[in-house]
Amino acid sequence: MSKMSTTGYEALTSIDAVTEGLNSVGYISTRSISTAVFLAHGLRKPILIEGPAGVGKTDLAQSMSRWLDLPILRLQCYEGLDEGKALYEWKYGKQLLYTQILKEKLNDVIGAGGDLTSSLGKLSEFEDLFFSEQFLESRPLLTAMKQEAGSVLLIDEIDKSDEEFEAFLLEVLSDYQVTVPEIGTITANVPPLVILTSNNVRELGDALKRRCLHLHIGFPEADRERQIVKARVPDVEEKLLGQLVGFVQGLRDLDIKKKPSISETVDWARTLLLLHANALDEAFVRDTLNVLLKHESDIAAVQPELNKLVRSASDSHASGRTASGYPKMS
Amino acid sequence: MDRMLTNFIRALRSSEVHVSSGEAIEAARAVSIMGYSDRDTLRDTLACVLAKSAEEKDIHDHLFDLYFSQRPASSPNTSSGSDADQDGENDGNASGQEPPDDLFDLATSGDETAINMAVEKAAEEAGLSDIRFSTQVAYYAQQMMKAMGGDKMQGQLLDALRARTPEAEEQANEIMEARKDMMMRARDRAEQAFDIFGAGETEQFRDDFATRKALSALDYRDMERMKILIAKIAKRLSVKHSRRRRKKNKGQLDVRRTMRANAGVDGIPFNVVWKQKKRDRPKIIAICDVSGSVAQYVRFLLLLLYSLNDAVPDLHAFAFSHRLGPVDDVLKDNDFDPAMKKIMNTYGMGSTSYGQAWSDLKMEHWNLIDRRSTIIVLGDGRSNYGDPRTDLFREATQRAKQTIWLCPEGKSVWGAGDSEMLRYQPYCTQMSHVATLKDLERAVDEILASYA
Repeated sequence: MSKMSTTGYEALTSIDAVTEGLNSVGYISTRSISTAVFLAHGLRKPILIEGPAGVGKTDLAQSMSRWLDLPILRLQCYEGLDEGKALYEWKYGKQLLYTQILKEKLNDVIGAGGDLTSSLGKLSEFEDLFFSEQFLESRPLLTAMKQEAGSVLLIDEIDKSDEEFEAFLLEVLSDYQVTVPEIGTITANVPPLVILTSNNVRELGDALKRRCLHLHIGFPEADRERQIVKARVPDVEEKLLGQLVGFVQGLRDLDIKKKPSISETVDWARTLLLLHANALDEAFVRDTLNVLLKHESDIAAVQPELNKLVRSASDSHASGRTASGYPKMS
Repeated sequence: MDRMLTNFIRALRSSEVHVSSGEAIEAARAVSIMGYSDRDTLRDTLACVLAKSAEEKDIHDHLFDLYFSQRPASSPNTSSGSDADQDGENDGNASGQEPPDDLFDLATSGDETAINMAVEKAAEEAGLSDIRFSTQVAYYAQQMMKAMGGDKMQGQLLDALRARTPEAEEQANEIMEARKDMMMRARDRAEQAFDIFGAGETEQFRDDFATRKALSALDYRDMERMKILIAKIAKRLSVKHSRRRRKKNKGQLDVRRTMRANAGVDGIPFNVVWKQKKRDRPKIIAICDVSGSVAQYVRFLLLLLYSLNDAVPDLHAFAFSHRLGPVDDVLKDNDFDPAMKKIMNTYGMGSTSYGQAWSDLKMEHWNLIDRRSTIIVLGDGRSNYGDPRTDLFREATQRAKQTIWLCPEGKSVWGAGDSEMLRYQPYCTQMSHVATLKDLERAVDEILASYA
């Protein structure tokens, strides 16, 4: 890795360094996440992250860019996304404008009185001008290749793109190079750290999966979730924090359509903070349940269980407190 | 690449985790970066490189625990050397050709490390990683005993028994105990090896067998396996067919969209847009004869169709024996098994009349059938000599895109007795004999492919 010393990846020295680094920018990592990030750098392979919505897939890429202080280039995928939007496009307008200017100056350029052959010869000198880098509109993928100190390239929701686009990505992801027919192949001096995310709308192709490290981020355990909420909403009281995380954890065990993920827990913590709640009670929960659950049927399904859930959340927290000896806040 | 890793990858492959050679090489590179020293890191590393979905991750973690659980004890440079440890190692080395000096001494020494090492060595010699079926466990255990010097122990035991002295009697008992103990260890080790290398393949073998078995011959025990299999088939078909592909019709210019796309560049057509044909979403109307003889097949067809909701969003199912009625709501509101029971109770009792079914279909549900829809009829065409109403059936097939008739009876008996199959045949796009899950899969696959 000695030749990487001039890049922005120096901080990626060990798994623990990754965990700490991500921690310093407010991303609570797990061992498997840190391992994947470290390996991605070591093996120069992209990471494909799968998992339910809102567990911090996109956030991992953003946190990495913050931590390593590298630019993040984000490519949001959607049906119909093509090379023109992902890789590069010619600046047609500018080309057109220059053509117009050239047309007016044509006589000056060619010089009056020249014969046809010499005129053409002079004209052909300009030909390459129109297909040079100055007319190239660089899109995220190409921009990422051109970063001198490396970058974080986030290809978000790859499962929403078409199969053709997936195939097109293969060259970019395995060789870190892109081919522009008029100019040639542009190879990245320092390959970007690539993160692909997928919500499993469709099964991804084997070819793509083979080129990636696979990371599955599921719902967090109670301990990690507490840390995450704490990092995101520092003002929340320790007691409330334990209760609300316990409640959300209990909620995930129920048979509901869309289970609340971390982003919902964080939103809920903010909501409770706004309402100046300092302990969970059933009425509060009932009023704010729509922050956590996004389907009417889910809310209806949970209603009868509320009492039990709230009670067990506060109980489990009470015992957890004495056992682990949290410092008393407030 | 080292043997430990290749064997582990082999175990993964046998459990339906597809590891390509490229990935195997990646895994070796990853391990060379991370090292074997930390178990959790190794697990995360391999999971990251080798397992490519949540299910594969579960299989991987399970196998990892099994496979690497036996390793620490066996690696020679762990747990620094007591005398017995040294002995065990020497024994192990010596046993390249010859069995260790004395299995009895080893077994009674109480030195776990040495015993484990001997067992491991014997496993290697017996080729334990080739184990495929659970019935081979005893055989491999026997082979391992032999490799560890079981024959010699047997000899000792016979000698002791022949001596007929109280001391010898005592010794014989001890030897028998020791032998039992070692045999148990060998068996445990062989069973573990079966879990790692054989269990996955045995499952695959059973699955293969079940897909080829006649559906009517399945009994209650097979049902759970069939459900899992059908879920797998449904997933396969969904992946294959659920994506809506645009076909580019090169040559047909879409003038309006081209003009719009190039408005920014003064209407000069830099970007040319071609007309595109969108493919229809499959619409399936399944009409199922639920009289006793066909009911079993209906279960599987409906289960498969309902598992396909990604690829077939527009699905209507009808059941009939005498009168015909829709069963979508029943299937939607209940779990599958109770729903089928309900359907059988409601529609399965009458005497079968195909003519009545078509006329019910025409009266109530005619509007469902349009040029996008595929009619699947699942039935044996045995109409109790009633009027088959081929006129109505013909009308239905003419409204639909295609009509597929799946018949559980073989071609040779079509038209025999009260079977009206031959009279319906001219109007069907296809009429085929469906006996196994494989046939069913092929039929549904073809229907979905026709929408591409």
